Amino acid sequence: MIPAKFDYKKVSSVKEAVDLLDEYGYDAKILSGGHSLIPAMKLRLNRPEILVDISGIHGMDSITEDGNEIVIGANCTHSAIVNSELINSELDILAQTAKCIGDVQVRNRGTIGGSLAHADPSADYPATVLACDAKIEVEGKNGKRTIAATDFFQGIFTTALEDDEIITAVRFPKVTNGNYQKFFQSASRFAVVGVAVVKEGGSVKVGITGVSDTPYRATAVENAYSGNTGEAADHAVDGVEVMSDHFADAEYRSHLAKVFVKRALEA
Amino acid sequence: MNISITVNGKVYSHDVEPRMSLAQYLREVLDLTGTHIGCDTTGCGACTITLDGNAVKSCTLLAVQADGCEVTTIEGMANGHAMHPIQEAFKENHGLQCGFCTPGMVMTAADILKNNPNPTEEEIRHGLEGNFCRCTGYHNIVKSIRHAAEKING
Ligand SMILES: Cc1cc2nc3c(=O)[nH]c(=O)nc-3n(C[C@H](O)[C@H](O)[C@H](O)COP(=O)(O)OP(=O)(O)OC[C@H]3O[C@@H](n4cnc5c(N)ncnc54)[C@H](O)[C@@H]3O)c2cc1C
Ligand code: FES
Ligand code: FES
Repeated sequence: MIPAKFDYKKVSSVKEAVDLLDEYGYDAKILSGGHSLIPAMKLRLNRPEILVDISGIHGMDSITEDGNEIVIGANCTHSAIVNSELINSELDILAQTAKCIGDVQVRNRGTIGGSLAHADPSADYPATVLACDAKIEVEGKNGKRTIAATDFFQGIFTTALEDDEIITAVRFPKVTNGNYQKFFQSASRFAVVGVAVVKEGGSVKVGITGVSDTPYRATAVENAYSGNTGEAADHAVDGVEVMSDHFADAEYRSHLAKVFVKRALEA
Repeated sequence: MNISITVNGKVYSHDVEPRMSLAQYLREVLDLTGTHIGCDTTGCGACTITLDGNAVKSCTLLAVQADGCEVTTIEGMANGHAMHPIQEAFKENHGLQCGFCTPGMVMTAADILKNNPNPTEEEIRHGLEGNFCRCTGYHNIVKSIRHAAEKING
């Protein structure tokens, strides 16, 4: 399977990437790890005229501590996240999440920026960025801005990114009491249901992916939570339009969501 | 576009179309047909090679993305006529039947053992999640990798 013809440009700065996006508009696509984009191009679901490879931008693959926050460059691979000492000690929930993405080869190429920008409804990171209240740092022709995770995901493969914007980094608060629970699609290993839970004092933040066409904060669970985990988990899909596909119909998916919220709350 | 890639220690330079996959480049331009293409859609792992030391699926990497990188394919594992310990272990443990998946299995095994020289059976199975085998039932592949670890660790 061979994609339609395209031009390829490897850039060395964010500005260069943004200028190309501005110049080519819809016909340009950012290329990071390529592990969502290249398969889609091979199937001709996507046929950009020019690929703008951002993998060589200096510093966009760093993981640093900034006071009480951890800043992760958009080009960090899932493997870099799994293996980062800083993330394992200060943001363990993200390492847990990255560890269950795809397989080792996919983790060696795919990036956090690419996964968030792609916004696959079955991707893992969205649950965790939501539960952690992470911030997505982006840059476009009008400069830099920061988007709260809760404002970022807008629908299936749809985000708050403008056409000329790229994600440069993701900023997380340090989280010590979090965990991620996932029910795998048996072949691709994407999430049929993925639940991230962050506990703070007596309250809890719950992010859910795979269940609806947009990942969401399960506010009904958060409000019902009082340490009585079983009951709060029953609210996992309150007010949510649950997806139905050949992996799981809506009824089964709703059931799984409740079971995995319960597991994550009790873990 | 002109690219220059080090494959199995040798530097190659070619003018390629951006849409050519690395797997295609290895097989069709360099004639290194040990890297197999099974699904061509990132599912089966038959095309696994190492890129700067890490296992990746070469069907889902453009040759232009590997410009300036070091690639090792199954052809680069043996030392002259002496098989690599992972290859020897596959031979001794009946780790292959038809052999179609084997180059990808060996390259993934190299990544597993690089990061974890003494993996448990469970860790090996977790490491092989991206590699399909239609013949062996995996049992002897896992055994081969365990045995390879013992050989390498002496
Ligand atoms: C076999 C297989 C199994 C997988 N299993 C899982 C799984 O279990 N869970 C999971 O979450 N994911 C899974 N994935 C997806 C994988 O994690 C991808 O790597 C990820 O979704 C995309 O990251 P990428 O760097 O490869 O992005 P690319 O493919 O390079 O890009 C994806 C999209 O994002 C855009 N983009 C990339 N980077 C940026 C940026 N910095 N700013 C703005 N736009 C950008 C691109 O233009 C493109 O539209 C799987 C993929 C495969 C092939
Ligand atoms: S041929 Fe590349 S993963 Fe199957
Ligand atoms: S030995 Fe035949 S596919 Fe693995």
